[in-house]
Amino acid sequence: MAEHIIRLQGVTKEFDTKGGKVIALKDINLDIERGDSYGIIGLSGAGKSTLVRTINLLEQPTEGKVIFNDSALTGLGSKDLNRHRRKISMIFQQFNLLMQRDALGNVLFPLEIAGVPKQEALKKAQELLKVVDLEERAHSYPSQLSGGQKQRIAIARALASDPEVILCDEATSALDPKTTRSILGLLRKINEERGITLVVITHEMEVIKQLCNKVAVIENGEIVERGEVQEVFKKPKTKAARKLFFPDGQSREKPLVKTSTKRRVRLVFDEATAGEPIIANMIMELGAPVNFLYANLDVLGGSQKGQMVICLAADRETAEKQKEYLKAKGVEFTEIEEDDDYGEEE
Amino acid sequence: MDTHTLLNLLGEGTVQTLIMTLIGTLVSYIIGLPVGVSLIVTGPNGIHPLPAYNKVMGFIVNVIRSVPFLILMIALTPYIRMVIGTGIGTPATTAALILAAWPFVARMVEQSLLEVDAGVIEAAQAMGASNMQIIRKVLLLEARPSLLNGAAVATITILGYSAMAGTLGGGGLGDIAIRFGHYRFQPTIMWITIIILIILVQVMQEIGIKLAAKMDNRLN
Repeated sequence: MAEHIIRLQGVTKEFDTKGGKVIALKDINLDIERGDSYGIIGLSGAGKSTLVRTINLLEQPTEGKVIFNDSALTGLGSKDLNRHRRKISMIFQQFNLLMQRDALGNVLFPLEIAGVPKQEALKKAQELLKVVDLEERAHSYPSQLSGGQKQRIAIARALASDPEVILCDEATSALDPKTTRSILGLLRKINEERGITLVVITHEMEVIKQLCNKVAVIENGEIVERGEVQEVFKKPKTKAARKLFFPDGQSREKPLVKTSTKRRVRLVFDEATAGEPIIANMIMELGAPVNFLYANLDVLGGSQKGQMVICLAADRETAEKQKEYLKAKGVEFTEIEEDDDYGEEE
Repeated sequence: MDTHTLLNLLGEGTVQTLIMTLIGTLVSYIIGLPVGVSLIVTGPNGIHPLPAYNKVMGFIVNVIRSVPFLILMIALTPYIRMVIGTGIGTPATTAALILAAWPFVARMVEQSLLEVDAGVIEAAQAMGASNMQIIRKVLLLEARPSLLNGAAVATITILGYSAMAGTLGGGGLGDIAIRFGHYRFQPTIMWITIIILIILVQVMQEIGIKLAAKMDNRLN
């Protein structure tokens, strides 16, 4: 059995506000294995930021246990907690760099805190700037750097304490798509080459697809679905997951075709089923057309996944036949219920 | 009064004023800076909330700040005399300045530290920094430009206090302005002291602004 690096057991977090108690997290149980790149996805207000902050105890859970490497962090004194925190780094949406220190000074910061001798710290910080490709900007201040460069400095800073885990709190949400891809690439490299476990908080499906091997979907402070990204992508079980994984929900745009909301199915093709013109064959064999609403090709953890939303034939009998045909061909599909009103809000 | 005597008088007054102002400011910071830091640290969103301490200290600061300096000084004179043996002159005035100015300095420091981004403090906590390390390496350093600007304002305020103290036999330029300019009807001396005070304030403000800008790495 793989080793668990982080375990949350029955973690509940309540906030006292003027309007009364607000429950931000409800009985969260989560096991993260060493080397995972674990995504936690949810809409804003779902509690994902609070969840990631309970891992390093920036938020003290009201109830429950946080276990890191077999030792419970909850209940530790500040000295012991700080020692463990050095092994759990964190990067942020707003980068949170020290504005009065240059890039090198920012990377040196965690080493100073840990009391690493100056010469050794300097050597290490310079090496880390090389890792993030910013060695020539060592003496630039954050105000002189772009968003992507700032996040690279933050990543170098996160690596300085030789962490076992990096918590990424919406690390790419303030960046443009191109910069996002390069930062995600850097994080993936860190995960793969250094074996550092990532916990990735995001509201963007793309981040999960590009970076994570596992995913948990959080809604109203509860984890409603979890598993391997590939599995959840193929067969999302809950409405919340469908909302996030289905094309319209993901792009947050109105459906391209709004003709019929009935008999829609979402098909997922993998490498085994993508080689054959299944839909074309089905149309010819059954002699009934289907309407294409959406199609896209994704790369999930290195393997290609096609997804398509089609509208089946109008009469029930033919639609049933079409479904059986798809099942026989081994295409994963999910029927989109009419109350799955994804894409039609906002 | 011949020119030589006048120059001597004004020179001595300026030196006394500067000594009172600088020592007064320095000691006010020695007391006010830690108090200002403690107000931020123990505040509701601080890194070590202590509501009781925060309320009591905030109250003391407010009480002293609500009393106008002139009145506070008159009220304190007997006690200052008890402690340092005299109620008039530069030492007594400096003591009164400090008693009146430290709460002002504490609030200035508090305001400056409030400007430090909460996210940066959170990042330092996530790295395992102790509260002392956060105060020294994050709060004070990130707020440095604002603290320097605040120090210029505080010094100028204390200069103003010292001039007021002159009216109660405190020495310095204020004393000269009252004794010669007012009681002996010598408006020239009055205006000369005013001009010297204006120059002193300008110089202090410029130094403060320049230093703050030079130390601020967010600009440039």
